Amino acid sequence: MTFMAKPKITHPEMPRNVLGLTRRDYEGVNSTLCAGCGHDSITAAIVEACWMDAVRPQDVVKLSGIGCSSKTTAYFVSGGHGFNSVHGRMPSIATGASAANRNLTYIGVSGDGDTLSIGLGQFCHAIRRNLNMVYVIENNGVYGLTKGQFSASADIGSTAKKGEVNNQPPIDPVQLAITLGVSFVARSFSGDKAQLVPLLQAAMHHQGFSLIDVISPCVTFNDHEGSTRSYAYAREHYEEMVHTDFVPPAREIAVDYAPGETLAVSMHDGSRVLLRKVEAQYDATDRAVALQTIQQRLKHGEYLTGLLYIGSDQPELHALNGTPDRPLNQIPYASLNPGPQALAKTLATFR
Amino acid sequence: MPGAKAQDRVNDFVIKIGTVNGTGSASANGLLMKAIFRSGVPVVGKNYFPSNIQGLPTWYEIRVTRDAHRARAGHTDIMVALNAETYARDLAEVASGGYFIYDSTWPRAALLMRDDVTVVGVPLARLCNENFPGVRTRILMKNICYAGVLAALCHLDLELIRTLLAETYSKKPKLLDANMKAIQLGYDYAREHFACPLPLRVEKMDATAGHIIIDGNTAAALGCVYAGATVGAWYPITPSTSLMDAFKVFCDKMRIDPDTGRKNYIMIQAEDELASIGMVIGAAWNGTRAFTATSGPGLSLMQEFLGLAYYAEVPAVVFDIQRVGPSTGMPTRTQQGDLHSAAYASHGDTRQVCLYPANPEECFEFAVKAFDLTERLQTPVLVLSDLDIGMNDWMCPEFKWDQNYQPDRGKLLDAEQLAKIDRFWRYYDHDNDGIPQRTLPGVHPKGAYFARGSGHSQYGAYTEDSKEYQVVVDRLRKKWLTAARLLPKSIIERCDIKTEIGIVSLGSGDAAVHEARLRLAAQGIHTDYLRVRGFPFSDDVEPFLQSHRINFVVEQNRDAQLRSLLILETGVEKTRLRSILHYNGMPIPASYVYDGVAAVITPERPAAQLVG
Repeated sequence: MTFMAKPKITHPEMPRNVLGLTRRDYEGVNSTLCAGCGHDSITAAIVEACWMDAVRPQDVVKLSGIGCSSKTTAYFVSGGHGFNSVHGRMPSIATGASAANRNLTYIGVSGDGDTLSIGLGQFCHAIRRNLNMVYVIENNGVYGLTKGQFSASADIGSTAKKGEVNNQPPIDPVQLAITLGVSFVARSFSGDKAQLVPLLQAAMHHQGFSLIDVISPCVTFNDHEGSTRSYAYAREHYEEMVHTDFVPPAREIAVDYAPGETLAVSMHDGSRVLLRKVEAQYDATDRAVALQTIQQRLKHGEYLTGLLYIGSDQPELHALNGTPDRPLNQIPYASLNPGPQALAKTLATFR
Repeated sequence: MPGAKAQDRVNDFVIKIGTVNGTGSASANGLLMKAIFRSGVPVVGKNYFPSNIQGLPTWYEIRVTRDAHRARAGHTDIMVALNAETYARDLAEVASGGYFIYDSTWPRAALLMRDDVTVVGVPLARLCNENFPGVRTRILMKNICYAGVLAALCHLDLELIRTLLAETYSKKPKLLDANMKAIQLGYDYAREHFACPLPLRVEKMDATAGHIIIDGNTAAALGCVYAGATVGAWYPITPSTSLMDAFKVFCDKMRIDPDTGRKNYIMIQAEDELASIGMVIGAAWNGTRAFTATSGPGLSLMQEFLGLAYYAEVPAVVFDIQRVGPSTGMPTRTQQGDLHSAAYASHGDTRQVCLYPANPEECFEFAVKAFDLTERLQTPVLVLSDLDIGMNDWMCPEFKWDQNYQPDRGKLLDAEQLAKIDRFWRYYDHDNDGIPQRTLPGVHPKGAYFARGSGHSQYGAYTEDSKEYQVVVDRLRKKWLTAARLLPKSIIERCDIKTEIGIVSLGSGDAAVHEARLRLAAQGIHTDYLRVRGFPFSDDVEPFLQSHRINFVVEQNRDAQLRSLLILETGVEKTRLRSILHYNGMPIPASYVYDGVAAVITPERPAAQLVG
C-alpha cells in the first residue's frame, strides 16, 4: 500500500507550541517518496514552520496538482483539508478556495513539471491576482513519476540519467515571477532547513502570493554527475544572498544587527521579516535590482537563495475585489437573498 | 400562415428587419418589441446576428402572436430591408402576400421584383440627412425612423412609443426629442404615401399582463443571485457572456453591504475555461455557491476538471449556453449540440447531472435548483441552455420568489455535528442513498479529509486496492439513481383521446412542439408530449416512450443526441424513436415540427400502421 497512517505516539516531553501541540500534530501520513528525496526535507520544513507558527491545523488548506511533489500535501498537517487536483491547475482550485474563505492559510505544493509546463498559465495568473497563498515549487528539473524526462526547468547542457543532453533553455520561476509583479519570491534548497523554515513562516504571514522555489534533488532520476539539480551541484552553486529571519507579532527582535546590514519588513499582522544582506548593494525591496542581480549571477552558474524580493503592500485578491472581511462562505443567506419585493421591482424594468 | 385571409392577420404576423451590424438597430428593434408588448399583444423576438462587431448582415425578427405562441413562425410577412447586400435573399424570404420595405433614397426598383409582394420604398437616409446633423446620428436615427414607418403601417400607438422612449432617455431629454422626431418622420412619410394601416396590424389586446420580456441568460443570472451564489468565475465566450454580465449588474444593485460598501460576491475573470471551472470547484469545495457560464468549446476544456469533481464529489454549477458546433462552429447561432459532451463529460465512467431549461422562466427556476442539487448530490450540475433561450427576448410570466426558500446545503456537517461523531469518513454511504457527508476546511479538526482525483477508499484514503476502489464507484452509481429521483420530473401533456403518437423534446424545442401539436390536432393528428427536463432521466420517461408506438424525438443537432441518450439510458427499442432534427443554427420553427410529423403520419396512415 502506498499510504500508511503514522501512529500518534507523543513523548510527554516533546516541546509544545502555544496551542499545546507538538510537531507530531503537524505531520501527515508516511511519505511514499524515494529514500533521500529532497521533497521529504521540504515536508519536514513545512511541518516545522506550521508548528512554530502555531497555526490551527484545521486552518491549513493544502493544495496540489499532479506529480511527486503534489503527493507531499498528504505528508503534513493531517488535521487540515487537502485537495490534490489535476495536473498544473492547483492555482485555480486555490483561487476559488481562497475566494470562498479568506481567513485560512493556503499552502500549495507543486513541482517544476506541474508549474512550468501545463501549469504555467495558471501560475502566472495566480501571481497577477496576488492570490494570498504560499506556493512552493519542489524543483528537481525532472519528471520523476514518469521516470526521468527533462522538465521545463532543466538547464541547457544538463544531462539525463541515461546521458541525453538538454538543449532547450530553462524557465526560471523566480525571474518569471518577478517580471509578473509577484509580491514575495524566495529561492531555497531542500537541504537547507535553517533557511527554508523562516522563509515558509514569512510566506505564511505575507498577504499575497508567496513563491518559494526550492531546489529539491531527485535522488532516483536527477542526482548524477552532469545534472544541475543534484545535491552536489546545489551545494556548490547555490549562494545565500539574503538571510531571512521571521519574527512573530508579539516578539521583540532579539538579535542586534549592525545598522545598514538589516532591513525589517513589517507584515500586516505585526510580524516582521528581517532581511540580512550578504552583499550590501542587494535590495530585496527593489524589483529591478533583484532581477538584475539574479541574472548577473546566473551568468556565472550561480543561483542566489533567500528572500529575493518582497513587496509587502501590494493588494491581494480580496482587496482588489472589495469583498468583506467576513469570508464569503460565512455570510448568512438572509444577507444574500434580495427577497420577493426586490424581485418584483427588478422585473418591473423588463416590461 | 402565409396566404391566410388579410382580416385574419390582425395581431398575427412576422416582421423581420435586416440591417448591417454595428449600426445601432438594436434599440429600434427593442422599441418595436416593447411597443407591441405594451399594447397587450404577445410577441416573440429573435436576433440573428453575426460573430462580428461591425459590417456584417444582421436580422431581427418580431413575431406578433395573438395566440401567444413562443416559437418562430418559420416565415416573414413584413421585411424591412436596410442592407443592400442582402436585398435579394431578404426579398425571396417574404411570404406571398407580404411586404418588402426598403430605403428608396437610392432607387433599386429593378432589383426588387416580385408580383406577390408589395414593395414599399421609404427614403430613410434622405429623411434623416435632411433632418439630423452628423453621420453617426443620421445612421442611428435611420433605425428609429424605420420604427416610425412600421408604427404607421402596423398601427402602433405613438403615445406608447413616446412613453417607452421617455423611459429609456429619462436622463437625456435631448435624445428623447431627437428619437421622437425620427419616429415622427417615418410615421408621417408612411401615412402620406401609403394606405395605413396594413391588414397586418396591431390591435390592442390584454394578453401580456403579469408578463415580462427577458432573455434566459439574464433570468439565469437573477436565479444565481437568489440562490445565494457568491462566486462567479468565467472566461468570456459567446453566447454565455451576458449571463455573467447580468450577474454583475444585479449584484452591484443587490449585493453591496449597506454598512461597509463591500461586495458580498466575487467575480473572477479567469485566464481560460480550464481555470474558470477550477475556481468554481475550489470555491464550492470551500462552501460557497459558485458557478460559471460557458459554451461548447469551454465545456470541452472543462472536461478533466468535471471528471475530478464527479469523482471527488465536489459541487459546481455550469451554465452551458449551447451554440453551433463542432469546434468553433457558428458562435452566434443556436444548437443543442452539447447533450452528449455534457452528459458524459470527462474520461472514465463519468456521468454528469444535467438540467434542460426550455425558456427564461425555467432558467431562473433551474438556476436555483442547480445550486440545491449540486450541494445535495455533491456533484457538478450542468444547466444546458442555448443561444436561442439565452440571448433572445422571450415573453414570460413574471418570476415568483418563495420568501421561505432556504438553500439546501445537503449533508454538510457543521462544527457541532463533527464534535459529536467519533470519526468522519468522507466517502462512506451512511444513509444508503449513495450520498456521503462532507465538511469544509477550517470548521473542525475532525472534519479534515483529502480530496483527490486518484483512487480513494470510502474512508477517504488513497488506494490502489480493487475492492476499495469499486466500493466507491459503485456507490457513485447508487448516487446517480438517487439523482434521478431528485431532478425535475418531465412535463407530460396528453391529448384528450388515446394516441399512439408521442413527441419527445427538450429545452428550446418546447415552443415549436407546443404550436405544432395544436396544428397537428387541427388536422386530426393527436399526439402526447413529454419534455425531458433533466439527466439522469426521471422515471416517467421510459413508460411514456413504451406507451407510444412511435415517438418523434425533436431536437436541434445533427446526430440525434437526445435520442441516443434515450436508447442508452432506457430500455426502449430504437424503432420506437424517430428523429426530427433541426440543426442549421436557427431556432427550430413550429412548421418544421409540424412538417416532420405530418410527413409520416396522416389521417389515412395512422401510427398503428407504421412498422415500429
